[in-house]
Amino acid sequence: MIEGAKWKKWLWFYLPMGMFILGLLFPFYWMAVTTVRPDRELYRPWNHPLYSPFWTTHPTFDHIKNLLQETLFDRWMWNTMLIALAATLISLLCGVIGGYALARLRFRWAGLLGTAIFVTYLVPQTLLFIPLADIIRDYHIGDTPWALILTYPTFLIPFCTWLMMGYFKTIPKELEECARIDGATRWQAMLYIVFPIAVPGILSAGIFAFTLSWNEFIYALVFLSSPEQKTVPVGVVSELIRGDVFFWGPLMAGALIGSIPVAIVYSFFVEYYVAGVTGSVKG
Amino acid sequence: MLEREGALAFWLLVPTLALLTLFIAYPFVRGVWLSVTNTVVGEPGHFIGLHNFTKIFNDSIFRTAALNTFVYTGVTTVFKLALGLWLALLLNRHFRGKAWVRAFILLPFIIPTVLSTLAWKWMFDPTFSVFNWLFWKLSIINSRINWLGDPELAMASIMTVNVWRGVPFYAISLLAGLQTINPDLHEAAAIDGANRWQRFWHVTWPLLLPVTMVVVLFSIIQTFADFQLVYVLTGGGPANATHLFATYAYQIGVGTGLLSEGAAISLAMFPALLLVVVFQLWYIRRVENR
Repeated sequence: MIEGAKWKKWLWFYLPMGMFILGLLFPFYWMAVTTVRPDRELYRPWNHPLYSPFWTTHPTFDHIKNLLQETLFDRWMWNTMLIALAATLISLLCGVIGGYALARLRFRWAGLLGTAIFVTYLVPQTLLFIPLADIIRDYHIGDTPWALILTYPTFLIPFCTWLMMGYFKTIPKELEECARIDGATRWQAMLYIVFPIAVPGILSAGIFAFTLSWNEFIYALVFLSSPEQKTVPVGVVSELIRGDVFFWGPLMAGALIGSIPVAIVYSFFVEYYVAGVTGSVKG
Repeated sequence: MLEREGALAFWLLVPTLALLTLFIAYPFVRGVWLSVTNTVVGEPGHFIGLHNFTKIFNDSIFRTAALNTFVYTGVTTVFKLALGLWLALLLNRHFRGKAWVRAFILLPFIIPTVLSTLAWKWMFDPTFSVFNWLFWKLSIINSRINWLGDPELAMASIMTVNVWRGVPFYAISLLAGLQTINPDLHEAAAIDGANRWQRFWHVTWPLLLPVTMVVVLFSIIQTFADFQLVYVLTGGGPANATHLFATYAYQIGVGTGLLSEGAAISLAMFPALLLVVVFQLWYIRRVENR
Protein backbone atom coordinates (compact mmCIF):
# COMPACT_ATOMS: atom_id res chain seq x y z
CA MET A 1 0.00 0.00 0.00
CA ILE A 2 2.71 2.46 1.01
CA GLU A 3 4.97 1.15 -1.75
CA GLY A 4 2.15 1.73 -4.22
CA ALA A 5 1.63 5.28 -2.95
CA LYS A 6 5.31 6.03 -3.40
CA TRP A 7 5.26 4.74 -6.96
CA LYS A 8 2.20 6.82 -7.67
CA LYS A 9 3.83 9.92 -6.30
CA TRP A 10 6.78 9.40 -8.65
CA LEU A 11 4.49 8.99 -11.62
CA TRP A 12 2.10 11.84 -10.90
CA PHE A 13 4.37 14.33 -9.21
CA TYR A 14 8.14 13.95 -9.59
CA LEU A 15 8.09 12.82 -13.19
CA PRO A 16 5.91 15.64 -14.60
CA MET A 17 7.62 18.19 -12.35
CA GLY A 18 11.02 17.05 -13.56
CA MET A 19 9.89 17.29 -17.18
CA PHE A 20 8.59 20.81 -16.65
CA ILE A 21 11.82 21.97 -15.01
CA LEU A 22 13.96 20.32 -17.68
CA GLY A 23 11.90 21.73 -20.54
CA LEU A 24 11.69 25.24 -19.12
CA LEU A 25 15.36 25.57 -18.22
CA PHE A 26 17.13 23.61 -20.97
CA PRO A 27 17.37 26.57 -23.41
CA PHE A 28 19.32 28.55 -20.80
CA TYR A 29 21.70 25.67 -20.24
CA TRP A 30 22.15 25.43 -23.98
CA MET A 31 22.89 29.15 -24.14
CA ALA A 32 25.56 28.78 -21.46
CA VAL A 33 27.21 25.72 -23.02
CA THR A 34 27.32 27.36 -26.44
CA THR A 35 28.93 30.46 -24.95
CA VAL A 36 31.99 28.51 -23.75
CA ARG A 37 32.20 25.98 -26.59
CA PRO A 38 35.01 26.48 -29.13
CA ASP A 39 33.99 27.00 -32.76
CA ARG A 40 35.39 23.70 -34.02
CA GLU A 41 33.04 21.86 -31.64
CA LEU A 42 30.19 24.28 -32.26
CA TYR A 43 29.98 23.67 -35.97
CA ARG A 44 29.79 19.91 -35.97
CA PRO A 45 26.62 18.72 -37.70
CA TRP A 46 24.00 16.96 -35.63
CA ASN A 47 24.92 13.52 -37.00
CA HIS A 48 28.66 13.95 -36.58
CA PRO A 49 30.10 11.08 -34.48
CA LEU A 50 31.78 13.54 -32.11
CA TYR A 51 28.67 15.72 -31.59
CA SER A 52 28.65 16.09 -27.82
CA PRO A 53 25.76 18.34 -27.00
CA PHE A 54 25.70 18.53 -23.25
CA TRP A 55 29.22 19.49 -22.28
CA THR A 56 32.48 20.64 -23.75
CA THR A 57 35.95 19.37 -23.01
CA HIS A 58 37.68 22.58 -24.11
CA PRO A 59 35.83 25.51 -22.55
CA THR A 60 36.85 28.86 -23.98
CA PHE A 61 36.18 32.53 -23.35
CA ASP A 62 36.87 33.48 -26.97
CA HIS A 63 33.23 34.24 -27.74
CA ILE A 64 32.87 36.53 -24.76
CA LYS A 65 36.13 38.29 -25.65
CA ASN A 66 34.99 38.60 -29.23
CA LEU A 67 31.66 40.03 -28.09
CA LEU A 68 33.21 42.63 -25.81
CA GLN A 69 36.05 43.65 -28.12
CA GLU A 70 34.58 43.40 -31.60
CA THR A 71 31.08 44.70 -30.97
CA LEU A 72 29.48 47.64 -29.17
CA PHE A 73 27.96 45.27 -26.63
CA ASP A 74 29.06 47.32 -23.62
CA ARG A 75 27.41 50.40 -25.16
CA TRP A 76 24.18 48.45 -25.68
CA MET A 77 24.25 47.34 -22.06
CA TRP A 78 24.65 50.92 -20.87
CA ASN A 79 21.95 52.21 -23.20
CA THR A 80 19.52 49.54 -22.08
CA MET A 81 20.29 50.13 -18.42
CA LEU A 82 19.87 53.89 -18.72
CA ILE A 83 16.65 53.64 -20.71
CA ALA A 84 15.16 50.95 -18.47
CA LEU A 85 15.98 52.89 -15.29
CA ALA A 86 14.71 56.23 -16.62
CA ALA A 87 11.50 54.75 -18.03
CA THR A 88 10.92 52.83 -14.79
CA LEU A 89 11.40 55.94 -12.62
CA ILE A 90 9.05 58.05 -14.74
CA SER A 91 6.44 55.29 -14.74
CA LEU A 92 6.72 54.70 -11.01
CA LEU A 93 6.29 58.39 -10.24
CA CYS A 94 3.24 58.66 -12.49
CA GLY A 95 1.85 55.33 -11.33
CA VAL A 96 2.20 56.05 -7.60
CA ILE A 97 0.56 59.47 -7.63
CA GLY A 98 -2.00 58.49 -10.25
CA GLY A 99 -2.84 55.27 -8.44
CA TYR A 100 -3.26 57.22 -5.21
CA ALA A 101 -5.65 59.66 -6.87
CA LEU A 102 -7.74 56.88 -8.38
CA ALA A 103 -7.84 54.80 -5.19
CA ARG A 104 -8.34 57.50 -2.60
CA LEU A 105 -9.77 60.71 -3.99
CA ARG A 106 -13.40 61.17 -4.86
CA PHE A 107 -13.88 63.13 -8.04
CA ARG A 108 -16.02 63.09 -11.13
CA TRP A 109 -14.78 60.83 -13.96
CA ALA A 110 -12.75 58.71 -11.50
CA GLY A 111 -14.34 55.48 -12.73
CA LEU A 112 -14.05 56.48 -16.36
CA LEU A 113 -10.39 57.46 -16.04
CA GLY A 114 -9.58 54.21 -14.25
CA THR A 115 -11.16 52.25 -17.08
CA ALA A 116 -9.40 54.35 -19.72
CA ILE A 117 -6.01 53.68 -18.11
CA PHE A 118 -6.82 49.98 -17.87
CA VAL A 119 -7.66 49.92 -21.58
CA THR A 120 -4.36 51.55 -22.54
CA TYR A 121 -2.67 48.79 -20.52
CA LEU A 122 -4.06 46.38 -23.09
CA VAL A 123 -2.87 48.32 -26.15
CA PRO A 124 -0.01 46.32 -27.67
CA GLN A 125 3.04 48.16 -28.98
CA THR A 126 2.64 46.56 -32.38
CA LEU A 127 -0.64 48.41 -32.95
CA LEU A 128 0.91 51.88 -32.93
CA PHE A 129 4.56 51.59 -33.88
CA ILE A 130 4.23 53.00 -37.39
CA PRO A 131 2.43 56.28 -36.59
CA LEU A 132 4.52 56.56 -33.43
CA ALA A 133 7.70 56.41 -35.52
CA ASP A 134 6.37 59.40 -37.48
CA ILE A 135 5.66 61.30 -34.29
CA ILE A 136 9.11 60.53 -32.90
CA ARG A 137 10.57 62.00 -36.06
CA ASP A 138 8.39 65.11 -35.78
CA TYR A 139 9.65 65.72 -32.25
CA HIS A 140 13.25 65.22 -33.42
CA ILE A 141 13.99 62.55 -30.84
CA GLY A 142 14.51 59.67 -33.28
CA ASP A 143 17.74 57.72 -32.76
CA THR A 144 18.19 59.12 -29.23
CA PRO A 145 17.48 57.40 -25.89
CA TRP A 146 14.60 59.85 -25.41
CA ALA A 147 12.60 58.07 -28.10
CA LEU A 148 12.40 55.07 -25.76
CA ILE A 149 12.49 56.82 -22.38
CA LEU A 150 9.34 58.73 -23.33
CA THR A 151 7.48 55.90 -25.10
CA TYR A 152 8.18 52.98 -22.73
CA PRO A 153 6.08 54.62 -19.99
CA THR A 154 3.05 54.22 -22.25
CA PHE A 155 2.95 50.51 -21.50
CA LEU A 156 4.51 50.79 -18.02
CA ILE A 157 2.37 53.56 -16.49
CA PRO A 158 -0.99 51.81 -16.95
CA PHE A 159 0.41 48.71 -15.31
CA CYS A 160 2.08 50.66 -12.44
CA THR A 161 -1.04 52.76 -11.86
CA TRP A 162 -3.26 49.71 -11.80
CA LEU A 163 -0.99 47.81 -9.42
CA MET A 164 -0.56 50.79 -7.08
CA MET A 165 -4.27 51.47 -7.10
CA GLY A 166 -4.90 47.93 -5.88
CA TYR A 167 -2.19 48.33 -3.27
CA PHE A 168 -3.46 51.66 -1.91
CA LYS A 169 -6.92 50.18 -1.54
CA THR A 170 -5.52 47.63 0.94
CA ILE A 171 -4.11 50.38 3.21
CA PRO A 172 -6.77 51.40 5.75
CA LYS A 173 -8.07 54.92 5.27
CA GLU A 174 -8.07 55.43 9.04
CA LEU A 175 -4.27 55.72 9.09
CA GLU A 176 -4.46 58.80 6.93
CA GLU A 177 -7.42 60.22 8.80
CA CYS A 178 -5.57 59.90 12.12
CA ALA A 179 -2.61 61.79 10.73
CA ARG A 180 -4.87 64.53 9.45
CA ILE A 181 -6.63 64.87 12.79
CA ASP A 182 -3.15 65.30 14.29
CA GLY A 183 -2.70 68.28 12.00
CA ALA A 184 -0.98 66.81 8.92
CA THR A 185 -2.01 68.18 5.54
CA ARG A 186 -3.19 65.78 2.85
CA TRP A 187 0.19 66.02 1.17
CA GLN A 188 2.00 65.21 4.38
CA ALA A 189 -0.30 62.29 5.12
CA MET A 190 0.28 61.01 1.60
CA LEU A 191 4.06 61.45 1.61
CA TYR A 192 4.85 60.37 5.16
CA ILE A 193 2.12 57.86 6.00
CA VAL A 194 0.75 56.22 2.89
CA PHE A 195 3.73 56.04 0.54
CA PRO A 196 6.11 54.44 3.07
CA ILE A 197 3.57 51.69 3.74
CA ALA A 198 3.24 51.21 0.00
CA VAL A 199 6.96 50.48 -0.51
CA PRO A 200 6.45 46.74 -1.23
CA GLY A 201 3.90 47.64 -3.90
CA ILE A 202 6.26 50.24 -5.37
CA LEU A 203 9.07 47.66 -5.47
CA SER A 204 6.85 45.12 -7.26
CA ALA A 205 5.80 47.68 -9.84
CA GLY A 206 9.35 48.93 -10.28
CA ILE A 207 10.90 45.51 -10.80
CA PHE A 208 8.20 44.50 -13.21
CA ALA A 209 8.59 47.75 -15.14
CA PHE A 210 12.36 47.31 -15.28
CA THR A 211 12.16 43.80 -16.72
CA LEU A 212 9.51 44.88 -19.24
CA SER A 213 11.73 47.75 -20.42
CA TRP A 214 14.71 45.44 -20.76
CA ASN A 215 12.54 43.08 -22.80
CA GLU A 216 11.01 45.65 -25.17
CA PHE A 217 11.95 45.12 -28.79
CA ILE A 218 9.85 46.64 -31.56
CA TYR A 219 10.05 50.30 -30.47
CA ALA A 220 13.81 49.98 -30.01
CA LEU A 221 14.08 48.29 -33.41
CA VAL A 222 12.10 50.97 -35.24
CA PHE A 223 13.04 54.19 -33.40
CA LEU A 224 16.82 53.68 -33.21
CA SER A 225 19.12 53.27 -36.19
CA SER A 226 22.77 53.89 -35.35
CA PRO A 227 24.62 50.89 -33.87
CA GLU A 228 25.91 52.86 -30.86
CA GLN A 229 22.40 53.87 -29.81
CA LYS A 230 20.90 50.37 -29.76
CA THR A 231 19.62 48.36 -26.83
CA VAL A 232 20.84 44.84 -26.06
CA PRO A 233 18.03 42.86 -27.76
CA VAL A 234 18.16 44.95 -30.95
CA GLY A 235 21.96 45.19 -31.00
CA VAL A 236 22.46 41.47 -30.62
CA VAL A 237 19.95 40.63 -33.36
CA SER A 238 20.95 43.29 -35.86
CA GLU A 239 24.72 43.45 -35.43
CA LEU A 240 25.64 39.83 -34.76
CA ILE A 241 23.65 38.42 -37.64
CA ARG A 242 25.02 39.45 -41.02
CA GLY A 243 22.63 38.44 -43.75
CA ASP A 244 22.55 34.69 -43.47
CA VAL A 245 25.65 34.39 -41.32
CA PHE A 246 25.04 33.78 -37.65
CA PHE A 247 27.92 34.14 -35.22
CA TRP A 248 26.46 31.66 -32.78
CA GLY A 249 29.20 31.82 -30.17
CA PRO A 250 29.10 35.59 -29.63
CA LEU A 251 25.31 35.56 -30.15
CA MET A 252 24.77 33.15 -27.27
CA ALA A 253 27.35 35.01 -25.16
CA GLY A 254 25.39 38.20 -25.82
CA ALA A 255 22.10 36.53 -24.96
CA LEU A 256 23.57 35.15 -21.74
CA ILE A 257 25.29 38.34 -20.56
CA GLY A 258 22.39 40.49 -21.74
CA SER A 259 20.07 38.50 -19.48
CA ILE A 260 22.22 38.90 -16.38
CA PRO A 261 21.00 42.33 -15.17
CA VAL A 262 17.39 41.18 -15.31
CA ALA A 263 18.27 37.90 -13.64
CA ILE A 264 20.10 39.69 -10.81
CA VAL A 265 17.27 42.14 -10.16
CA TYR A 266 14.85 39.24 -10.30
CA SER A 267 16.84 37.00 -7.94
CA PHE A 268 16.93 39.70 -5.26
CA PHE A 269 13.24 40.44 -5.43
CA VAL A 270 11.56 37.17 -6.45
CA GLU A 271 8.70 37.59 -3.99
CA TYR A 272 7.95 41.13 -5.11
CA TYR A 273 8.18 40.06 -8.70
CA VAL A 274 5.72 37.22 -8.20
CA ALA A 275 3.39 39.68 -6.46
CA GLY A 276 3.77 41.95 -9.49
CA VAL A 277 2.91 39.19 -11.96
CA THR A 278 -0.16 38.13 -10.06
CA GLY A 279 -1.11 41.74 -9.31
CA SER A 280 -0.80 42.63 -12.96
CA VAL A 281 -3.59 40.26 -13.88
CA LYS A 282 -5.77 40.61 -10.83
CA GLY A 283 -5.78 44.41 -10.78
CA MET B 1 -14.03 69.43 0.06
CA LEU B 2 -15.05 67.49 -3.03
CA GLU B 3 -13.92 70.45 -5.15
CA ARG B 4 -10.46 70.41 -3.60
CA GLU B 5 -10.11 66.64 -3.93
CA GLY B 6 -11.01 67.01 -7.56
CA ALA B 7 -8.30 69.61 -8.10
CA LEU B 8 -5.70 67.47 -6.33
CA ALA B 9 -6.70 64.39 -8.30
CA PHE B 10 -6.38 66.41 -11.48
CA TRP B 11 -2.81 67.43 -10.69
CA LEU B 12 -1.83 63.91 -9.64
CA LEU B 13 -3.15 62.47 -12.87
CA VAL B 14 -1.81 65.13 -15.25
CA PRO B 15 1.59 63.47 -15.95
CA THR B 16 -0.05 60.12 -16.70
CA LEU B 17 -2.73 61.60 -18.90
CA ALA B 18 -0.24 63.80 -20.74
CA LEU B 19 2.04 60.88 -21.63
CA LEU B 20 -0.82 58.57 -22.57
CA THR B 21 -2.47 61.22 -24.73
CA LEU B 22 0.76 62.14 -26.45
CA PHE B 23 2.02 58.61 -27.11
CA ILE B 24 -1.13 56.44 -27.29
CA ALA B 25 -4.24 58.46 -28.13
CA TYR B 26 -2.53 60.79 -30.61
CA PRO B 27 -0.61 58.01 -32.44
CA PHE B 28 -3.84 56.06 -32.68
CA VAL B 29 -5.64 58.95 -34.37
CA ARG B 30 -2.63 59.52 -36.55
CA GLY B 31 -2.45 55.83 -37.42
CA VAL B 32 -6.09 55.88 -38.54
CA TRP B 33 -5.39 58.96 -40.66
CA LEU B 34 -2.23 57.39 -42.08
CA SER B 35 -4.13 54.27 -43.08
CA VAL B 36 -6.50 56.23 -45.34
CA THR B 37 -3.72 58.07 -47.17
CA ASN B 38 -1.04 56.89 -49.57
CA THR B 39 1.98 58.03 -47.55
CA VAL B 40 5.33 56.38 -48.20
CA VAL B 41 8.60 57.11 -46.41
CA GLY B 42 9.79 60.65 -47.11
CA GLU B 43 6.69 61.71 -49.04
CA PRO B 44 3.54 63.15 -47.52
CA GLY B 45 0.47 61.43 -48.93
CA HIS B 46 -3.10 62.47 -49.56
CA PHE B 47 -6.49 61.00 -48.72
CA ILE B 48 -7.37 57.90 -50.72
CA GLY B 49 -10.25 56.49 -48.68
CA LEU B 50 -10.29 52.79 -47.88
CA HIS B 51 -8.04 51.85 -50.74
CA ASN B 52 -5.30 50.46 -48.46
CA PHE B 53 -7.79 48.21 -46.73
CA THR B 54 -9.28 46.83 -49.94
CA LYS B 55 -5.74 46.32 -51.17
CA ILE B 56 -4.60 44.32 -48.14
CA PHE B 57 -7.77 42.23 -48.01
CA ASN B 58 -7.01 41.12 -51.55
CA ASP B 59 -3.40 40.41 -50.67
CA SER B 60 -2.86 36.68 -50.23
CA ILE B 61 0.10 37.19 -47.86
CA PHE B 62 -2.08 39.37 -45.64
CA ARG B 63 -4.76 36.71 -45.59
CA THR B 64 -2.22 34.07 -44.64
CA ALA B 65 -0.89 36.37 -41.90
CA ALA B 66 -4.42 36.96 -40.57
CA LEU B 67 -5.21 33.25 -40.55
CA ASN B 68 -1.82 32.48 -38.96
CA THR B 69 -2.47 35.01 -36.20
CA PHE B 70 -5.81 33.44 -35.25
CA VAL B 71 -4.47 29.87 -35.39
CA TYR B 72 -1.31 30.88 -33.50
CA THR B 73 -3.32 32.59 -30.76
CA GLY B 74 -5.89 29.81 -30.48
CA VAL B 75 -3.53 26.84 -30.43
CA THR B 76 -0.94 28.35 -28.09
CA THR B 77 -3.60 29.59 -25.67
CA VAL B 78 -5.05 26.10 -25.28
CA PHE B 79 -1.62 24.61 -24.64
CA LYS B 80 -0.50 27.39 -22.30
CA LEU B 81 -3.67 27.07 -20.26
CA ALA B 82 -3.54 23.27 -20.04
CA LEU B 83 0.17 23.04 -19.22
CA GLY B 84 0.10 26.13 -17.01
CA LEU B 85 -2.79 24.75 -14.98
CA TRP B 86 -1.06 21.41 -14.65
CA LEU B 87 2.14 23.06 -13.44
CA ALA B 88 0.18 25.28 -11.05
CA LEU B 89 -1.51 22.22 -9.54
CA LEU B 90 1.88 20.53 -9.10
CA LEU B 91 3.32 23.67 -7.48
CA ASN B 92 0.35 23.92 -5.15
CA ARG B 93 1.50 20.79 -3.31
CA HIS B 94 3.94 20.83 -0.42
CA PHE B 95 7.44 19.70 -1.31
CA ARG B 96 11.01 20.56 -0.45
CA GLY B 97 12.66 23.33 -2.42
CA LYS B 98 9.34 24.78 -3.55
CA ALA B 99 10.51 28.39 -3.38
CA TRP B 100 13.53 27.57 -5.54
CA VAL B 101 11.52 25.70 -8.12
CA ARG B 102 9.02 28.53 -8.34
CA ALA B 103 11.79 31.10 -8.78
CA PHE B 104 13.57 29.14 -11.52
CA ILE B 105 10.42 28.24 -13.37
CA LEU B 106 9.65 31.90 -14.05
CA LEU B 107 12.94 32.40 -15.90
CA PRO B 108 11.54 31.90 -19.42
CA PHE B 109 9.07 34.68 -18.68
CA ILE B 110 11.52 37.23 -17.28
CA ILE B 111 14.55 36.72 -19.55
CA PRO B 112 14.27 39.12 -22.53
CA THR B 113 12.22 37.33 -25.18
CA VAL B 114 14.53 38.06 -28.08
CA LEU B 115 17.54 36.66 -26.23
CA SER B 116 15.91 33.39 -25.22
CA THR B 117 14.35 33.07 -28.68
CA LEU B 118 17.86 33.26 -30.16
CA ALA B 119 18.75 30.20 -28.09
CA TRP B 120 15.72 28.43 -29.59
CA LYS B 121 16.75 29.49 -33.08
CA TRP B 122 20.14 27.91 -32.46
CA MET B 123 18.46 24.73 -31.19
CA PHE B 124 16.31 24.69 -34.34
CA ASP B 125 19.30 25.18 -36.65
CA PRO B 126 18.93 22.80 -39.63
CA THR B 127 22.53 21.61 -39.52
CA PHE B 128 23.46 21.80 -35.85
CA SER B 129 20.13 21.16 -34.16
CA VAL B 130 20.32 19.43 -30.81
CA PHE B 131 16.76 18.17 -31.35
CA ASN B 132 17.82 16.41 -34.54
CA TRP B 133 20.66 14.81 -32.62
CA LEU B 134 18.32 13.73 -29.84
CA PHE B 135 15.65 12.25 -32.12
CA TRP B 136 18.34 10.57 -34.18
CA LYS B 137 19.90 8.99 -31.08
CA LEU B 138 16.45 7.85 -29.99
CA SER B 139 16.07 6.31 -33.48
CA ILE B 140 12.98 8.36 -34.24
CA ILE B 141 14.45 9.97 -37.36
CA ASN B 142 17.30 9.19 -39.70
CA SER B 143 17.31 12.29 -41.87
CA ARG B 144 17.33 15.87 -40.65
CA ILE B 145 14.23 17.82 -39.74
CA ASN B 146 14.25 21.40 -41.01
CA TRP B 147 12.45 22.95 -38.06
CA LEU B 148 12.16 26.48 -39.38
CA GLY B 149 12.56 25.86 -43.09
CA ASP B 150 9.40 23.91 -43.75
CA PRO B 151 6.29 26.18 -43.74
CA GLU B 152 4.00 23.92 -41.67
CA LEU B 153 6.70 22.87 -39.28
CA ALA B 154 7.99 26.44 -38.89
CA MET B 155 4.65 27.60 -37.51
CA ALA B 156 4.59 24.66 -35.08
CA SER B 157 8.14 25.50 -33.96
CA ILE B 158 7.20 29.14 -33.34
CA MET B 159 4.15 28.02 -31.36
CA THR B 160 6.34 25.75 -29.25
CA VAL B 161 8.53 28.68 -28.25
CA ASN B 162 5.48 30.80 -27.45
CA VAL B 163 4.05 28.07 -25.23
CA TRP B 164 7.44 27.63 -23.55
CA ARG B 165 7.57 31.32 -22.71
CA GLY B 166 3.93 31.59 -21.65
CA VAL B 167 3.51 28.52 -19.42
CA PRO B 168 5.37 30.02 -16.41
CA PHE B 169 3.19 33.12 -16.48
CA TYR B 170 0.02 31.03 -16.52
CA ALA B 171 1.35 28.70 -13.84
CA ILE B 172 2.37 31.43 -11.39
CA SER B 173 -0.83 33.44 -11.89
CA LEU B 174 -3.05 30.36 -11.54
CA LEU B 175 -1.04 29.23 -8.53
CA ALA B 176 -1.87 32.55 -6.85
CA GLY B 177 -5.52 31.84 -7.63
CA LEU B 178 -5.30 28.29 -6.28
CA GLN B 179 -3.82 29.51 -3.02
CA THR B 180 -6.90 31.62 -2.31
CA ILE B 181 -9.14 28.54 -2.40
CA ASN B 182 -10.05 27.39 1.09
CA PRO B 183 -8.78 23.80 1.62
CA ASP B 184 -11.84 23.09 3.82
CA LEU B 185 -13.95 23.04 0.67
CA HIS B 186 -11.84 20.18 -0.71
CA GLU B 187 -12.07 18.33 2.54
CA ALA B 188 -15.84 18.75 2.65
CA ALA B 189 -16.14 17.49 -0.92
CA ALA B 190 -13.88 14.52 -0.12
CA ILE B 191 -16.02 13.61 2.87
CA ASP B 192 -19.07 13.75 0.63
CA GLY B 193 -17.35 11.11 -1.52
CA ALA B 194 -16.05 13.19 -4.42
CA ASN B 195 -12.99 11.71 -6.10
CA ARG B 196 -9.94 13.70 -7.15
CA TRP B 197 -11.28 14.53 -10.60
CA GLN B 198 -14.74 15.50 -9.29
CA ARG B 199 -13.13 17.75 -6.69
CA PHE B 200 -11.11 19.50 -9.37
CA TRP B 201 -14.05 19.90 -11.70
CA HIS B 202 -16.70 20.95 -9.14
CA VAL B 203 -14.61 22.82 -6.56
CA THR B 204 -11.28 24.05 -7.95
CA TRP B 205 -12.24 24.94 -11.51
CA PRO B 206 -15.32 27.12 -10.77
CA LEU B 207 -13.47 29.00 -8.01
CA LEU B 208 -10.43 29.49 -10.22
CA LEU B 209 -12.45 30.64 -13.22
CA PRO B 210 -12.30 34.42 -12.60
CA VAL B 211 -8.48 34.38 -12.37
CA THR B 212 -8.26 32.02 -15.35
CA MET B 213 -10.41 34.30 -17.48
CA VAL B 214 -8.33 37.38 -16.75
CA VAL B 215 -5.07 35.53 -17.41
CA VAL B 216 -6.36 34.00 -20.65
CA LEU B 217 -7.77 37.26 -22.01
CA PHE B 218 -4.60 39.13 -21.14
CA SER B 219 -2.47 36.47 -22.78
CA ILE B 220 -4.68 36.37 -25.88
CA ILE B 221 -4.04 40.07 -26.47
CA GLN B 222 -0.29 39.67 -26.07
CA THR B 223 -0.15 36.61 -28.32
CA PHE B 224 -2.38 38.12 -30.97
CA ALA B 225 -0.08 41.14 -31.24
CA ASP B 226 3.14 39.10 -31.03
CA PHE B 227 6.12 40.22 -33.06
CA GLN B 228 9.43 39.17 -31.52
CA LEU B 229 9.23 35.39 -31.87
CA VAL B 230 8.41 35.39 -35.56
CA TYR B 231 10.83 38.23 -36.30
CA VAL B 232 13.73 36.32 -34.75
CA LEU B 233 12.86 32.74 -35.70
CA THR B 234 11.74 33.04 -39.32
CA GLY B 235 11.31 36.71 -40.21
CA GLY B 236 7.93 35.68 -41.64
CA GLY B 237 9.44 33.11 -44.01
CA PRO B 238 9.81 30.62 -45.57
CA ALA B 239 8.03 32.28 -48.53
CA ASN B 240 5.98 34.55 -46.21
CA ALA B 241 4.24 31.52 -44.71
CA THR B 242 4.67 32.40 -41.03
CA HIS B 243 3.79 36.10 -40.89
CA LEU B 244 1.54 37.46 -38.17
CA PHE B 245 -0.24 40.82 -38.41
CA ALA B 246 2.59 42.59 -36.63
CA THR B 247 5.49 41.14 -38.58
CA TYR B 248 3.77 41.74 -41.91
CA ALA B 249 2.97 45.31 -40.89
CA TYR B 250 6.65 45.75 -40.07
CA GLN B 251 7.79 44.26 -43.36
CA ILE B 252 5.46 46.48 -45.41
CA GLY B 253 5.63 49.64 -43.27
CA VAL B 254 9.29 49.68 -42.28
CA GLY B 255 10.91 47.17 -44.63
CA THR B 256 9.44 48.47 -47.88
CA GLY B 257 8.53 51.93 -46.57
CA LEU B 258 4.84 51.77 -47.50
CA LEU B 259 3.88 53.56 -44.29
CA SER B 260 0.16 53.88 -44.85
CA GLU B 261 -0.25 50.28 -45.94
CA GLY B 262 1.75 49.12 -42.91
CA ALA B 263 -0.43 51.25 -40.64
CA ALA B 264 -3.52 49.68 -42.21
CA ILE B 265 -2.19 46.17 -41.54
CA SER B 266 -1.50 47.06 -37.90
CA LEU B 267 -4.96 48.56 -37.53
CA ALA B 268 -6.50 45.39 -38.93
CA MET B 269 -5.69 43.90 -35.51
CA PHE B 270 -7.86 46.49 -33.82
CA PRO B 271 -11.38 44.99 -34.15
CA ALA B 272 -10.33 41.66 -32.65
CA LEU B 273 -8.38 43.35 -29.85
CA LEU B 274 -11.31 45.64 -29.11
CA LEU B 275 -13.63 42.68 -28.84
CA VAL B 276 -11.37 40.98 -26.29
CA VAL B 277 -10.96 44.20 -24.26
CA VAL B 278 -14.72 44.86 -24.19
CA PHE B 279 -15.35 41.29 -23.13
CA GLN B 280 -12.71 41.57 -20.42
CA LEU B 281 -14.19 44.82 -19.04
CA TRP B 282 -17.65 43.27 -19.05
CA TYR B 283 -16.39 40.16 -17.30
CA ILE B 284 -14.47 42.06 -14.60
CA ARG B 285 -17.53 44.20 -13.89
CA ARG B 286 -19.74 41.13 -13.63
CA VAL B 287 -17.37 39.41 -11.21
CA GLU B 288 -17.05 42.56 -9.11
CA ASN B 289 -20.80 43.03 -8.86
CA ARG B 290 -21.44 39.49 -7.77
